[in-house]
Amino acid sequence: MLEAQVEPYDRLREKMAARDRSLREKVMSLEEAGSFVQDGMKVGIGGSTMSRTPMAMIWQLIRQRRKNLSCSRAIVSTDGDLLFGSGASDHIIASWFAQGILWGLSKVLRHHVENEGKNYEEWSHMGVGMRFRAGGMGVPFLPMRAMLGSDVLGQRPEAKEIDCPFTGERILLVPALNPDVALIHVQRCDAYGNAQIDGLQFMDIDLALAADRVILTTERIVSNDQIRRAPDQTKIPFFCVDAVVEVPYGSAPHECYGLYEPMMKHMEAYVKQVNAAPVEGMRAYLDKYFHEPKSWNDYLALIGMEELLEASQRGRSIYND
Amino acid sequence: MTEARNYTAAEILPILSARQLRDGMVVFAGVGTPLLAATLAQRLNCPRLTILFEGGVVGAFVEPGKLPPSTNDQRCTRRANMVLGSSDVLLLLQRGYVDMGFMGGAQIDQFGNLNSSFIGDPAAPKTRLPGTGGGNDISSLTNMIVAMKHEKRRFVEHVDFITSPGFIRGGTSRRDSGLPAGGMFRVITELAIFGFDETTRRMKVLALNPGVSREEVQDNTGFTLDFDDETAITEPPTETELQVLRELDSERLFIA
Repeated sequence: MLEAQVEPYDRLREKMAARDRSLREKVMSLEEAGSFVQDGMKVGIGGSTMSRTPMAMIWQLIRQRRKNLSCSRAIVSTDGDLLFGSGASDHIIASWFAQGILWGLSKVLRHHVENEGKNYEEWSHMGVGMRFRAGGMGVPFLPMRAMLGSDVLGQRPEAKEIDCPFTGERILLVPALNPDVALIHVQRCDAYGNAQIDGLQFMDIDLALAADRVILTTERIVSNDQIRRAPDQTKIPFFCVDAVVEVPYGSAPHECYGLYEPMMKHMEAYVKQVNAAPVEGMRAYLDKYFHEPKSWNDYLALIGMEELLEASQRGRSIYND
Repeated sequence: MTEARNYTAAEILPILSARQLRDGMVVFAGVGTPLLAATLAQRLNCPRLTILFEGGVVGAFVEPGKLPPSTNDQRCTRRANMVLGSSDVLLLLQRGYVDMGFMGGAQIDQFGNLNSSFIGDPAAPKTRLPGTGGGNDISSLTNMIVAMKHEKRRFVEHVDFITSPGFIRGGTSRRDSGLPAGGMFRVITELAIFGFDETTRRMKVLALNPGVSREEVQDNTGFTLDFDDETAITEPPTETELQVLRELDSERLFIA
């Protein structure tokens, strides 16, 4: 993909006008929400690195054997590995791609880029952010001042250097990114999709505004009255949201702010297995944890009660002062 | 070497890096040694240091023994002043609120350019590295301290790929590329402290670490280094610095 596919404004507005944005209940199962994502779509992924990863929805898409997804996220961790390794995605837009800084390079990334020709499209962190923001603002691009002079920009013909029409200064324009669908995991929302996010919000608000459809997974569905008691905590309004799925521990083995930290024993075992054998190790991991479990709860049971409890104890400690 | 060292290479990096910070600064820190060094400075002599993380944290005050595994984890927010979206915290760099950026490096060249993207030809890479993260944004928009291991293969004449710009090709090439603000300030390794010439923008040795010779630094560097006539010798880590550092990283995530 050489040129970024920036949506003409007419097309963006037509798609928005055709969307059912009414105040209605949208609660459904992971399977039902999974049908919103078709092969080849542009999928925006919320959270960052090991935090508030919409892992349950990624798990579902991999189980449904989705293919050729073009995924975008601020920073990918093991979710990037899993999307490449399962064959669900052959194109990932991100600013950083490894399992985590504690573990060095991802051999899964290396295998798929160096040997399989998959595309890790690298932008600076702010570059990814400005692309989602432009998408959310309904403008075709935003100007920014990073990436200039670097080889990161040299790899990105989608971005355009111009002389500013006001000052004459060199400035970079990055194209809007409007995913077909966004996957976002939150601590709580109501049945309409009014979503409250605790702690770090990353790029999720821009992503929700930019995408043509949003699948929200949530630790907990609460009443609309509960939402209205703290409207300042609502970060994504219901009319951006097309599906609501209640999935406790929906980021496991990653973290969800205030509820659980990353499940480090699982992460370490995963990293060891896939970095030792990026193809076979990944296949065995996907079979055991993604394809064989009957349900998300079965998957959690495989991670194990002890890990979930330890992660929860550490997660809740953020509120202890 | 005249006396036995009571510290490791992984310990001297955050300690010497912390000494470069001044009280009152606003510092944008990456995970690992930078986070550790900024937190160490905050505990030792910079109580008014404000630490930003790209995950969206303003005014971090990381808890000893609970270092975050990345700059996007909840541990980063502990006792912070504010959390923001990650784009918004990065935009603080662009507006000019940040005095110093602070990160690690995999490969650096004579002009302070950093590579964390590719080893070999990007079109057919020998090794695909993780990429920039916020590194490119930080190094494009503010002054930089880089803390990294000193090896010949990491200190090269020209990096394979400029992920995070230093002074690009030296001289005025950084400004000419559209980056008028910031630039490399210091590089800290287990062997020496480096600065950059005001005109040529080439790396030069400012001070040798205790017990390290000029030859040792040059032998471990892939390009010819300039030395100041009176190259200083850095004071070794103090007991207090070592003690506070070891308390901060009691799990030895980054100083093992």
